[in-house]
Amino acid sequence: MNIYEMNEVRYHIRMKKKSRQLLYVDRLALNQSEILGVIGPNGAGKSTLLKVMALLATPTSGTITYRGQQIYPGTVSLATRRKMATVFQQPLLLNTSVYHNIAVGLKLRNVSRKEQRERVQRWMEMFNIAHLAKQHAYTLSGGESQRVSLARALVLQPDILFLDEPFSALDFPTKQELMKDLIQVLRQTRTTTLFVSHDLLEIKQMADRLIVLMNGRITQEGQAEQVIRDPNEQAQPFLNKWKDTLIV
Amino acid sequence: MELVWEGFKKALEMIMTGDPEILHITWLTLRVSMTATLISVIMGIPLGVILGLTTFPGRKLIVTIINIGMGLPPVVAGLWVTLLLWRSGPLGQHALLYTPTAIIAAQVLVSLPIIIGLTTSAFQQIDHRLRMQIKALGASRWQSVLILLKESRLAILAAIMAGLGRVLAEVGASMMVGGNIKGETRILTTAMVMEVSKGNFDIAIALSFILMALAFLITFLLTYLQQGKKSV
Ligand SMILES: Nc1ncnc2c1ncn2[C@@H]1O[C@H](COP(=O)(O)OP(=O)(O)OP(=O)(O)O)[C@@H](O)[C@H]1O
Ligand SMILES: [Mg+2]
Repeated sequence: MNIYEMNEVRYHIRMKKKSRQLLYVDRLALNQSEILGVIGPNGAGKSTLLKVMALLATPTSGTITYRGQQIYPGTVSLATRRKMATVFQQPLLLNTSVYHNIAVGLKLRNVSRKEQRERVQRWMEMFNIAHLAKQHAYTLSGGESQRVSLARALVLQPDILFLDEPFSALDFPTKQELMKDLIQVLRQTRTTTLFVSHDLLEIKQMADRLIVLMNGRITQEGQAEQVIRDPNEQAQPFLNKWKDTLIV
Repeated sequence: MELVWEGFKKALEMIMTGDPEILHITWLTLRVSMTATLISVIMGIPLGVILGLTTFPGRKLIVTIINIGMGLPPVVAGLWVTLLLWRSGPLGQHALLYTPTAIIAAQVLVSLPIIIGLTTSAFQQIDHRLRMQIKALGASRWQSVLILLKESRLAILAAIMAGLGRVLAEVGASMMVGGNIKGETRILTTAMVMEVSKGNFDIAIALSFILMALAFLITFLLTYLQQGKKSV
């Protein structure tokens, strides 16, 4: 069942005089409980797509429907925004302890203290950071910060989770370990996820379906395995380069 | 050296004996400066937040004017307030000139731009991506501002200290709009100017110690607040 759908969505940025189109999506849907991968080279517009989908940037035109309700054009309600959670490319943590960083979204939603404590504890354990609860966020290593950032989003039990290259700052073993944890969590909670990456290896492990984004447009869409096995003409230059290196 | 020592002894004596005039001057200084700073904080921080977080036509001009205001010479502020409150001036009928209220008004004029200006730059420096992250966590507009205020607490407290410091230190405006009237508008700085002109260096030195002690104490408290439990 599709729970989120975009049609004919364009996103422009206004510069001094002219405007530039960063994104054009003719149609894109998210199915309940799937992990949809987005792959594409640097500057393709992956982060832009994620921000527009997560309702953090307003499209210039088009329509967005979420669970049968049109949310764009229109005003996005706070309640709708609170159904979604985003992990950005950089873990932007607040100037406070690990515990409070993870609790902040719950506080904003007026969740009771008791429930906050239970949920934060559960998700810290899930990502193996419970021992860091009292540590200040600015003293964490890159991998630890990334875990906090993931726990902070998942503790909200979002209806849709948006992940923007959450592993890009990590070394290979750490990445593998964290990805294993995350896949397990996402399967367990059946969270609908948009997973952005430029790393084919990550995509291969995470994604059910895959879209290829080039120059702000979707050039291919399908089952992840099938797209990776058989990229179309436009996707080939990028994906085949990946495949060459993976074989070596 | 002799003079400083004499002044120091005089100061101790005046404080120990609880000289009523000194007490009054000190209390008035504290009351006036704190009130002026408080007014500047209440008006300046929201304005700084708006200027730091939003864009609108004319914003650049306003920021420029505020930045110029940060360097406004206190005597000029005093002159404006005098012209406004002068018997035949626009607010003349309220007879506010040569009252503590007039001093507060002049001091707000010199500290407000500092607090707006420093708050604006603190909020402008906030990473754009952090603002988006806070929004993504489900914050309403108000909740975002509250989180950002907390994130920039160090800079905000620095702005308050700078505003208070300027108000405590300035003398030109207070002299002009207050008139240094004994028992009414005499504050530490204006009293010092007067005592020096009379050649009473010991009293002036005594007053200077009190003024410095006040400034130190307040800054100490704010710094303690700013640096939290970590250190002072
Ligand atoms: N605010 C902006 N002003 C100007 N150009 C922008 C802005 N935001 C994004 N862009 C441009 O839009 C394009 C897409 O950016 P985006 O961040 O979405 O790419 P990406 O696919 O996420 O890349 P990466 O893999 O490097 O993260 C880039 O060319 C970028 O320079
Ligand atoms: Mg990106």
